[in-house]
Amino acid sequence: MSPYWRALSAILLREALRFVTQRERFLAALVRPLVWLVVFAAGFRAALGLSITPPYQTYITYETYILPGLVAMILLFNAMQSALSLVYDREMGSMRLLLTAPLPRWWLLFCKLLAGVLVSILQAYAFLGIAWAYGIRLPPMGYLWVLPALVVVGLMLGAVGLFLASTIRQLENFAGVMNFVIFPVFFLSTALYPLWRMAESSRLLRDICAWNPFSHAVELIRFALYLRLNTEALGWVALSFAAFLALALWGFDPARGIMTRKTR
Amino acid sequence: MAALEVTGLSFRYGRKEALKGVSFAVQPGEFCALLGPNGAGKSTLFALLTRLFVARAGRIAVMGQDLQARPLAALAQMGVVFQQMTLDLDLSVARNLAYFGALHGLSRRESAARAQEVLARLDMLERAGEKARDLNGGHRRRLEIARALMHRPRLLLLDEPTVGLDARARASITAHVHALAREDGLAVLWATHLVDEVAADDTVLILHQGEVLETGRARDIAPENGLAAHFMALTEEALP
Repeated sequence: MSPYWRALSAILLREALRFVTQRERFLAALVRPLVWLVVFAAGFRAALGLSITPPYQTYITYETYILPGLVAMILLFNAMQSALSLVYDREMGSMRLLLTAPLPRWWLLFCKLLAGVLVSILQAYAFLGIAWAYGIRLPPMGYLWVLPALVVVGLMLGAVGLFLASTIRQLENFAGVMNFVIFPVFFLSTALYPLWRMAESSRLLRDICAWNPFSHAVELIRFALYLRLNTEALGWVALSFAAFLALALWGFDPARGIMTRKTR
Repeated sequence: MAALEVTGLSFRYGRKEALKGVSFAVQPGEFCALLGPNGAGKSTLFALLTRLFVARAGRIAVMGQDLQARPLAALAQMGVVFQQMTLDLDLSVARNLAYFGALHGLSRRESAARAQEVLARLDMLERAGEKARDLNGGHRRRLEIARALMHRPRLLLLDEPTVGLDARARASITAHVHALAREDGLAVLWATHLVDEVAADDTVLILHQGEVLETGRARDIAPENGLAAHFMALTEEALP
């Protein structure tokens, strides 16, 4: 086995072991989307009528509509959680240990990113299982088809988190940035309402939603759950991944990045 | 060949100059104590030596490998113990070592054999199965030193490794690392501001306000155990 794969498997195993030992984190990550699914969706079901839009071929309940958005929400919160732990690790030292391994820095950061995605996907499937038990049924093969979409979306959101982690110098600043990023990104997307609904209220907001990479992440997941590939969404997500990863690598570059600013 | 050779190293945070043309070398088997008060530039120097930062001016070579030109070859020769603890507290001693071994390209079998070896060297073999969280401060530090030796480096860097430890644990760790230099031929760079950790035969490098003020053997710089007074006098003299 090459040193690259050894490092990858060690980082994935470490993250999985930490995940197993931090059960509270796992439960907390599930509670948030479940509250949205059970409480929020029940209240808004009557208020928000939905027409038949692809990939749906019939009228659907509001719970069914927001399910992909809530899956994406799990990935978004996990990416931010991973970024927070990166800032913590950098201040406390274990990130230093990783970055002094004799492997290219881009590979080490990519391994870290992938490990975060692995944990997110486990949580997303746990949520899909609970939603199934709650009565939201999807095509059985959709659960399999959605896996690559979850990986791509997880990588894209993880790269956003990695970029944020490289720009934030102190742990205390992170909470503000989390609120500044998570809420606009989530609410200005197609997670809770389709674009045509938003257009009825404001053309500008509709355009912002259409440009938001998170909307495309949600649509990629939505289409994959119904065994369809949304190529436009995939293109946007892949492009966003490449852009944010490049920014994150720049941020962590010891010669040019933001890490060289005084942090202590 | 020097295990570590630093030449004309300078670094600034914006307008603030943190290191000004620092040059020194550490030979195999040499224990070099990097003495400096808080704010002397020790942590910046360590960040540059471990390539967390890259210097705009100067050169660092580890066993002849230029850290800038061949970073992976240079890092592979280096073991590092950071000032902050970097253990996974929820993982066992053995798992902490295995994780580090894998980051350094060791196979599972090699890693297990090396873990036995380094734990025995640091008198911690019987603790392999314990969780890192259950170790006391001194043993956690010893585990970090053991981990830094897993890939058999030629140079060991320790950034104030005894901070927060009681006198007994400090003495034990200092003795262990001196033995590594003396018996295994390891080059050691030990950053500290505690002069009682320096032995008479050690090389001393006094860093203050980003500059090397003095370098030489401890017994030559300050005979008759006067290193503490000498260090205080030198760093006070240099105050602006």
